[in-house]
This record gives sequence, C-alpha cells and structure tokens, in this order.
Amino acid sequence: MLRRRKGSEPEKSSGGDSKDQREDESKKEKEKEKGKLKSTKKWSCIDNCCWFVGCICSIWWFLLFLFNAMPASFPQYVTEAITGPLPDPPGVKLRKEGLTVNHPVVFVPGIVTGGLELWEGHQCADGLFRKRLWGGTFGEVYKRPLCWVEHMSLDNETGLDPPGIRIRPVSGLVAADYFAPGYFVWAVLIANLARIGYEEKTMYMAAYDWRISFQNTEVRDQSLSRIKSNIELMVATNGGKKVVVIPHSMGVLYFLHFMKWVEAPAPMGGGGGSGWCAKHIKAVMNIGGPFLGVPKAVSGLFSAEAKDIAVARGIAPGFLDADVFGLQTLQHVMRMTRTWDSTMSMIPKGGDTVWGNLDWSPEAEYSCNPKKQMNNDNKTADQTEKGSLGLKNSMNYGRIISFGKDVAEAHSSRIERGSFDLQGAVKGKNFVNTTCRDIWTEYDDMGIGGVQAVVDYKSYTADSILDLLHFVAPKMMSRGDAHFSYGIADNLDDPKYKHYKYWSNPLETKLPNAPDMEIYSMYGVGIPTERAYVYKLTPGAECYIPFQIDTSADGSSKDTCLKGGVFSVDGDETVPVLSAGFMCAKAWRGKTRFNPSGIQTYIREYDHAPPANLLEGRGTQSGAHVDIMGNFALIEDIIRVAAGATGKDLGGESGDRVYSDIFKWSEKINLKL
Amino acid sequence: MALLRRRKASEAEKAQHSGSKSDKEIERTDEENDKNINNRKKAKKAKFEGKKKWSCLDSCCWFIGCICTVWWILLFLYNAMPASIPQYVTEAITGPLPDPPGVKLRKEGLTAKHPVVFVPGIVTGGLELWEGHQCAEGLFRKRLWGGSFGEVYKRPLCWVEHMSLNNETGLDPSGIRVRPVSGLVAADYFAAGYFVWAVLIANLARIGYEEKTMYMAAYDWRLAFQNTEARDQALSRIKSNIELMVATNGGKKAVIIPHSMGVLYFLHFMKWVEAPAPMGGGGGSDWCAKHIKAVMNIGGPLLGAPKAVPGLLSAEAKDIAAARAMAPGFLDNDLFRVQTLQHVMRMTRTWDSTMSMIPKGGDTIWGDLDWSPEESYVPRKRKQRDNDSQTAEQTDTETLDSQKKSINYGRIISFGKDVAEAPSSEIERIDFKGAVKGNNVANITSCDVWTEYHDMGIEGIKAVAEYKVYTAGSLLDLLHFVAPKMMARGDAHFSYGIADNLDDPKYEHYKYWSNPLETKLPNAPDMEIYSMYGVGIPTERAYVYKLSPYSECYIPFQIDTSADGGKEDSCLKDGVYSNDGDETVPVLSAGFMCAKGWRGKTRFNPSGIQTYIREYDHAPPATLLEGRGTQSGAHVDIMGNFALIEDIIRVAAGATGEDLGGDQVYSDIFKWSDKINLPL
Repeated sequence: MLRRRKGSEPEKSSGGDSKDQREDESKKEKEKEKGKLKSTKKWSCIDNCCWFVGCICSIWWFLLFLFNAMPASFPQYVTEAITGPLPDPPGVKLRKEGLTVNHPVVFVPGIVTGGLELWEGHQCADGLFRKRLWGGTFGEVYKRPLCWVEHMSLDNETGLDPPGIRIRPVSGLVAADYFAPGYFVWAVLIANLARIGYEEKTMYMAAYDWRISFQNTEVRDQSLSRIKSNIELMVATNGGKKVVVIPHSMGVLYFLHFMKWVEAPAPMGGGGGSGWCAKHIKAVMNIGGPFLGVPKAVSGLFSAEAKDIAVARGIAPGFLDADVFGLQTLQHVMRMTRTWDSTMSMIPKGGDTVWGNLDWSPEAEYSCNPKKQMNNDNKTADQTEKGSLGLKNSMNYGRIISFGKDVAEAHSSRIERGSFDLQGAVKGKNFVNTTCRDIWTEYDDMGIGGVQAVVDYKSYTADSILDLLHFVAPKMMSRGDAHFSYGIADNLDDPKYKHYKYWSNPLETKLPNAPDMEIYSMYGVGIPTERAYVYKLTPGAECYIPFQIDTSADGSSKDTCLKGGVFSVDGDETVPVLSAGFMCAKAWRGKTRFNPSGIQTYIREYDHAPPANLLEGRGTQSGAHVDIMGNFALIEDIIRVAAGATGKDLGGESGDRVYSDIFKWSEKINLKL
Repeated sequence: MALLRRRKASEAEKAQHSGSKSDKEIERTDEENDKNINNRKKAKKAKFEGKKKWSCLDSCCWFIGCICTVWWILLFLYNAMPASIPQYVTEAITGPLPDPPGVKLRKEGLTAKHPVVFVPGIVTGGLELWEGHQCAEGLFRKRLWGGSFGEVYKRPLCWVEHMSLNNETGLDPSGIRVRPVSGLVAADYFAAGYFVWAVLIANLARIGYEEKTMYMAAYDWRLAFQNTEARDQALSRIKSNIELMVATNGGKKAVIIPHSMGVLYFLHFMKWVEAPAPMGGGGGSDWCAKHIKAVMNIGGPLLGAPKAVPGLLSAEAKDIAAARAMAPGFLDNDLFRVQTLQHVMRMTRTWDSTMSMIPKGGDTIWGDLDWSPEESYVPRKRKQRDNDSQTAEQTDTETLDSQKKSINYGRIISFGKDVAEAPSSEIERIDFKGAVKGNNVANITSCDVWTEYHDMGIEGIKAVAEYKVYTAGSLLDLLHFVAPKMMARGDAHFSYGIADNLDDPKYEHYKYWSNPLETKLPNAPDMEIYSMYGVGIPTERAYVYKLSPYSECYIPFQIDTSADGGKEDSCLKDGVYSNDGDETVPVLSAGFMCAKGWRGKTRFNPSGIQTYIREYDHAPPATLLEGRGTQSGAHVDIMGNFALIEDIIRVAAGATGEDLGGDQVYSDIFKWSDKINLPL
C-alpha cells in the first residue's frame, strides 16, 4: 500500500514537467480535447480513492463539529418531538415530591458486569498495567486474544491467580456503572439517586473479583472486610442511618454470603457479632437474584454455550465450529470460564424438590403465550392462568438436560436410561490423537466411553446434573465443592452449616436475626427464559466439546416453549421466576426455619415492555436481566426505600407487586418450612 | 452550511463531468485508436489539461484523502508495532536505560509489606460534577478538573461558576455539587499523559502492591481542611481506610506519602484523628503510634510557599507574569470579553485551601526588612548531569566572593525595584491600615466580575502601594486589607503564627492543626518523618510589584516584569526574586521543620520522632525521549524521580531512615536553619 502511494506522487510531479513542455510547443484544439479525455483516465484509481476518502473525512469532520456545537438538550428535544413528552426520570420526579438522601446505599454488582484490571502480567500484556481487561472497550480481546484468555483464566487447581498474573477488580463507582461504553449497568440508578442528593459518601460500590469464589475474595483481596468497613463507616458518618443494600444478579448470592460471613466468628468470618446485620442494614433489595441458581449456568459449564451462542451456531454453523484461524474459540472460552469458581455458585440449588423431577415441575402448566403488547399492563396473572388451562401437553421442565427431543418429551416410563453412575463408567483413555491438547478441557480426559455413558443416561434432573458435572469436570467440581453447596438442609442447626460453603445457599442457611430488616426480590418477568435444554452429541468429537445444544429441536405449535433446543419459561431472560422469587414468596415469608426472626419479604415484579422505538435505547420499562437497571418503576421503588419508605409504603397488595404465577408455583413446591 | 452546499455542488459537477466523458468516449473510440501510436507527448500534455479541470475543491479532497490514508496507515502500523519498540529506539539512542526502581528492587527481593497511603496535593486531584446548573447539563460525573479539561474551552463561564465555592461559607454554592474523584484514578494522571502518582504506583505494583495495599486519600482540595470532614467526611474516610488496611495486613503500620499541600492536610489529619470526638476523630492519643510507620512528605510547603501570595493578591505566578510580558495585549485586554485573570482570581479566592499556603512563621522564619536566612544564597551554576559529587561544600566556597550584595528576600512584596534593593532606612512607608476604602469612583457597570478590589477604591489601592514593602508578617495585614472577606474565612481555618506556649488550650482548635509551628507532633516515638524535595531549580521567593496602569476593571496590582537583576546569574528576573527549591516550594519551607524544628526532642516534637531530609538534585532530562525525566527535582515531576521512588519503596518494604543512609543534602538548608532564631 505504501509503495503504491509513493508511486502516485512522482506521477503527479511528472505531470508538472509536462506543463513546461507544453508551453514550449503549442498544439491544436482537437488534440487538447482528446488530451482531456486521456487525462481523466490518468486520474487513477488511487487518486479517486483519495478524493473519495477526503470527501468523506471532510464531511465527517464537519458533522462532528456540528454535533459538538449542538446544544446538549437537542437529542432530547428530537425524541420528544417524535414520541411525545418523556416522563420525568424518577429522580427528578421524586425530588419534586421532596425526597432527599436518607439511608446510605451499597451496590453489589453481579457476575460479568464488574470491571477487572491488570496489575501484573506476562510479557505479552506489556503496557496494559492498570488497563481494563474486562469491561470498557475490550480492545485487547481482539488485539491479542490468546494473551487475554491466558490472563483472564485462573489457576485450575486453586481457583486463585496463576503465577505471575494479578488481575484485580476495579474499585469505586466506575467499577460497574458502565459495562462497555454506552452500555449502562448501574449508571442510571446512580444518576437518579444523585438527583435527590446522593453522592460518593453515601453510595458505595462493593466491587469484588467476580471470577473467584466468594470466600476467596476475602482471602485474596479482603473484599468482604472492605464491605464491612465501608458499611460501618457510612452508617457512622450518616448519623447512624442504616444502609440499603442493592445487590444485582450474582451479587445477591454474594451478599447472602456476606451476611453470614459478617456475623460469623473471626477466623472464618468477619467477627461482627450476631447483631451486625440488625444494626447496619435497613433493607436488602435484590435485583434479578438467582437465589436458587440458573439453568443457564449448567449449559455454560457443560458446553460453554447459552441460548445466544447456540443460535449463532445454528445460523452460521461454519464459524464457531470450524477451527477458523486456529482459534478454537469455544474451547478457549470454556477453558477460561471453567477456571472461574463463581460460575458454580449459580448451578441450580435445591435439587428435584425445587426444580422438578422427570415427570413433574412446578411450572409444568406454564404456557409460552405470545409477547404482550406494550402498555397492556392490566393483563395480569388471571389471564395467564386462563391461558394455561387449555394446555394439555405440559412441559417436563424438570429434565434440565435431555439428549434428543424425543427423550425430552417422552413419558418417563418410556425412557431407557443407561447405567450411568459416577464411579462405574470407565473413563477410557482418549484413543484418538491428542494433538489438539493445547487447549485443556477436561473432556480430553474423558474418552469416548465416558462421553457415550453420559449420552446413554439420556435425561438429567437438577439432582443428577450435579453428578453429571462431577463426571465430566471432576477437577472443577472438586474446587466447587469446597466453596458451594446445592442441597436443602434438613436440620439447620447442624454445626456443619457453619462452614462457609453453605453461606450462599439460601436453603442451607438461616437469615440473620434482624426483625426490622426487609428483603425485597425485584425482577423482570415476561421474557422467555432458559429453563431446560435438548442436547446432542457433536459429530466430530475429536478436538471439540463433545456435547452441544441441539438447535434443530423445535416445538410443533407456534407458541411452543421449545425453541432452538431450549425450553423456556417466564423470567427475565436469564433467571427464571422460580429462582428469583421462591425464597421471598414462600421459604422466607413469615417466620420459617430459614427466616427465624421473621424478616419482612416483598416481591416486586416488573413486567417487560420492549422499548417502543430505537430512540428509547434499552427502554425505561424493560424487564431484562441487566436492562432492568434502567427500569423507571424499579428505580423509583429503590429511591423511595433509600429515602426512608418501607415495603408497605411502596403500594401493591401488602407490598407485593406480582404479574407471574410465582405464588402458585411456590405452593406446589413441597419444602419443609 | 456553506461548506455542505459547496460540496454537493462539486459532486454534481463531477457526475456531469464523467457523464460527458463517457459520451465523448464512445464518439471518439475509433479516432483514438488511429492516433494511438503517436500519443506519448499528447498524453502528457493532456494530463496537465485534466489537472486544470480537476478543481480546487477536488484537489483539497484529494489532499485530505491522502493525508488521512497515510495517517491511518501509520496509525495501523503504530498499533501493530510491538510495544517494546519505543523503548528499543530510546535505548539505541541513549544507551541502555536503568531498570525502573520497582524492577530493580524486586530483583533484590523486596516485596509488599507496609500498606501505603497517598495524599495528593492541591490542583492534582480530580473533581467531578454531581449536581450542576442548566449550563452544565450532560456533565454528570464527568471531570471538571483533571482529565482533558475540555469543558474549560467549551463553556468557560459555566466552568468557572461550577468550580467556584460560596464566598461566605467556603462550601458549595446552592445547586452545585462538585466532588472529588475517589480511588487511585483521582490523581494518578492529572491530564492525559501527565503523570502525578502513576509512576510511583506502577513501581510499587512491581513489588506486589495492589489496591488493597494502596489507598489514595482523595479530598476536595478547594476546601479548608476541616471542611472536607464537615462536608465529605474525608478525614473519617482516611481514618477508616488506614485502620482497615492495617487490620487486613496483619497489623503492619501504614506508610503515608503526602505530596505538596497534602503534607499540610496530613498534619491536620494527625491532629484531628487524635482529638476528641466532636471536633476530632476520637482515635485516642496513640492512634498515630499504632497506625503509622512513616510520613514521607514530598515537596511539602510546611511553612507555606511565597507563590501563594501573588496567587491571592493578583492571581499570577511567575509563569503568568512572564506570559503577560511577552504578549501584553492578550491577558490584559478584554479579549472576547472574557476577563480571564479576573475570573480566575474570583474563582481561586473562593478556594479556602489556597490560604493554607500563605507563608507561616512571619518575620522570624522568612526574614524582615533587612535580614533573611537565605540572604547569602547565590544560584549554583547549572551543573552538568552526573556531577552528583558536587555538594554543599562547593557551594559554600562559591558564595563567598559575592557576599557583598545580598538580596533582601525578607521583603516578600516590594513596590518598585528600587524599594526592593534599598537599605531599610531609606524606605518611607506610610501605614495603610487606616486608609479609607473609598467607593470606587469609576463606574462599576462595566465590571461584571466581582473581586474585592472593587470595594477598595482608589484610596485604598494607593495606600497599599505607599506602604512599599511587605514582609511575611505584614503580608497578612495586606491580605486582610485587600481581601477582608476571604481572609475572614481563612482566619477561621488557618493560622500563620508561632506558638509561644504550645500547651495553651487555644491550640486545641482545628485552625492551628495544619501549622507545624503551632502544634506538637503526635506521641509516636517509633514513627519517622521524611522531608523529600527537589533542589537546584530557581524558586519564587519575593516579588517586585507595580500598580496596573488603568485600574478600573482590572486587578490593580501586578508583578513588575521589567524588574531584572543586572548580572546574568542574578536572582531577580522578571520581577521575581528566586531562591533554591523545587520551582514551587523554597528549600526553607520544605526542609526547615525536619532540619531543625522537629529534629531531636523539641517542643514541637515532644516524643522525639526521627526526622530525615532527603534532597534530590534536579537534573533536566537529557533528551526529549525521556519525557519529564527520571532525575527531575521539580515540584510535580519529582514524582517520577527514580531515586525518590527507590527510597519510598525501600521504606514501604520495611527499611528505616537509617537504612536509606539518613540525610541526603545538596542545599544549604542546615546553614539557613541555624540562622533562624526559634526557641525549641
């Protein structure tokens, strides 16, 4: 390219020479005309290119200048002209009502949304010191993907830093206000809180490294101690006003862990004493919390794919599967994510009791009715119930993983399950050649025999999923077992439950003794959410992950819940209603054994309404897992509570605001309380 | 718009052109084939002809296109270039670079030990907007100070309005909340590429430090120190974070690294934290002993900086004064009706913190009409690089031969060069305190900018000029006279005297806490205090002023830039007498406390805290490739000085001052300190 450019310049100068020559000997008119023709031809392709680029650049700069000179209120003006006057953002509205700062707030970000930066790295990450590897622009992912994967991975044995690499969470509000430029997470909420007077001394972002297990964040970074110290500081400097904690997504589990940790005695816990939560916390407002885990985590761990990737694979089969550029994208992603212990915190908890068995599941009668129109908010649970009455073919949501669509739909008596059991199946040596070994996933150790045994078992419920994961990824699960637990406690007073691995499982811990505290479960509903999967064997099982979602499996009728190999149910696109709502709807409601002091619980559902037009961006009525952070109704609820309101003041039936069948489904779950 | 229209026109033109071309082409194909043979010359001619039709606009586009393309290619190459090339090039030119101190000390086996706390100084910390007026829309949580300063150019008046504080309270004006940025990003870079703490942070990270062991004690540097606690609880935050870091690091005490005004802020903190609860932090009298291993002051104006005086009096420092001399029309004239200096002055005068740096200790420290501790100072000839063996002794011999004409540094402000140089007996001073502040006779409508000078009137201004000479002591009277409201706020928060009896209960008030001459150090015998600062750069010490020619809308005083010393190596240049220091803080202010006031057990240091002086001789960067240099002694650039960083890392990793080699002195600080007659 450079050489060509140089070529064109001498050409141009030779044109100048010719001018002199021409002046010496004048010629006829005709020749001139012809000459003109010739010359336009000589105006070569490169010149044209340059001309074109120049035009574009000039126009671009001119527009950029106009854009910069434009008054800041202009976009809003245009939007209003098109869609009619916008409602006041909740912060402005509530400020007019006279609300002001009252309780300090603490944000607990979830998985993925928090930024991570490099503090020490290998040669290939030169110059990235204190630059974000996660969050921000993700520029390095494209520039040096392998280096990036190497740095983002953790040690496979310990779940902590690999030698010579230190990646640390970004701290402060910037840690998770925007995930990528323009993609807000907490920013809208922060801006609205600021309208009624909040600032950094009354807002705290409890950033932590979301890749490592909860207890390890304390061991490595003292993250839990920091949260404790900051909450204490904020309560002290704000005249003893207790904090309102706002965890999102996995942050909900992290904060459950924190509440147990802070009251536990010193070596393992924070030594805050049994009254710490009662003294420091006014309310915990969980947003989209996967209390009982999410099925999405299973497919993520099992084959590194969620619905989105599965669909992408369906559309462009060559791209992700074929080894384009020798990158083996999915395998790399899988190897990386499998070193992240925190993903295991979201494996479905409570087993068959909560998630259903081969033939039964709490949501069995749910019908995936077509998307409701916007502003149809009066269409509530009653109608949904009516719709579901006529449904004969109920879904077997309990079978979280089935091999083949027929298996997923067949009656349990007709499924012949192979003799899959953890110890029994021989993990043969991988007898195909192992040249693709540079990417380490545990599948290489499994061998064809093991893969076949997994397939022969055909269908997996929440309980057997754990066995499956132990079988296919024993090293990962052994790390996980040290930090997480997925069962239901029979006797909560058993001393074994004092171990930290139970602290993030609401079914194996008691809530703190804080009768004045309030717990909210706030989540979006009205979006199909992954609940169960149809899997198949990957054809070429050599270098690839041997299992993948069978995207060809589709339900027959139009409004079926099975699409692209995924059974979906009501939820916020990531967390099903059952996981987000069950604890507050039933297990913690009133005085139960999980909630001995009778902490008040409230359910606040936000019905999803997609943005009416592109100008609205991600919408102000969204119920999607992350976009809900910009939902005006949710923000208003939070601000009211932060300014001093209680759950009862928020309105709705005794503080609840429900669109889904959560209470009905919770009823069906037979859990001793 | 005009541009757009023209562009469209040209495009149409082009389309036409090409259309006609194709027509002609069809017509003439045959003909052309015939003449193909003898066409060489014609073609050349033709090319020229074509160029002519190729209009100016097209040429422009072509040109821009070329530039852009080349630019992109270079950008691409730059991005594709391995990151080590710049270093490689630098090494090829200047020889192998020394390892950065972090790498070097890591090889020695040092690892993270004591948590470190950075206390940034004035100006270097970022400030962001949390609530603003209409004009600042869209700037929520954007930096108004630090970063790119884009808004200063886009909407300067709005910016000034938001950066100013309330003139009565020294706190937020109504409806505006500007708050300090928190975290290490608050002051790692001041502007893009202009490091403050970043180099130190990077080097500490090499031996294993990270955010859990480093804390940036960011505070709003515009406020009076006690107000940062009242408004933001900044002191409580620092206390809480130090306690947390000490607790989570197994009880290892913190190493505090304040810079510039942060030094005074941290002095204030140490008194605050041990004072009882309503006014103080209630940490008890042994808090510092329990939590602090060392305080490593970098370029600390412990006794104030003379630079603060012209800043308050006429909003100018040497740099602005020089700029005014070079381009007199620009800053003085009311270009664009912006009245830059007046706006700046109005803004900075609302910042209480600037008053913390008014020279402290009065004539006892800074000298009177005839005497000053540094009077025998002669600027050392600019040394060659690597001449570090040249120490104080040599300087001594140099100074001997020019003893005759000593400079009256004690006269911090003189009106006129003759006054500055005359013996004190010849100066006729007329006391100004009684002077009537007449109403401003000139009409006031034209001056929309409020500075207190408008209240002073011509009489007052004249009276100020007729007093002729101001020493550190009378300077305070002057400031009280010209800016009574500002100083009323200042008096509530700062004090500039010397205590006779430190046990007097009045010294329990917070306004004394940032003055080392009116407080005792905490009772912490194991603690260490370092004074680290650059030397070898001429530093402002005293000024020659004049009255501004037309004093209506303008600040009535300005530095007399025509006042120059006779000789080439004179200390008087452009109206400023300079002295040894780091370009901002004179040696005397940075070093005196550790050299004498606190050395050993004195009444200011009852528990005998060890003090060390570490001076870093300035050596400008040898080539442009070095950026701001690794041996700089300048006030901010010293943060990238390898020797200083090495000292800090060693202490953070557990060394004591003795391990570093005790004092390291290039200037005459001990000699000058001896001359100061202060009961200890």
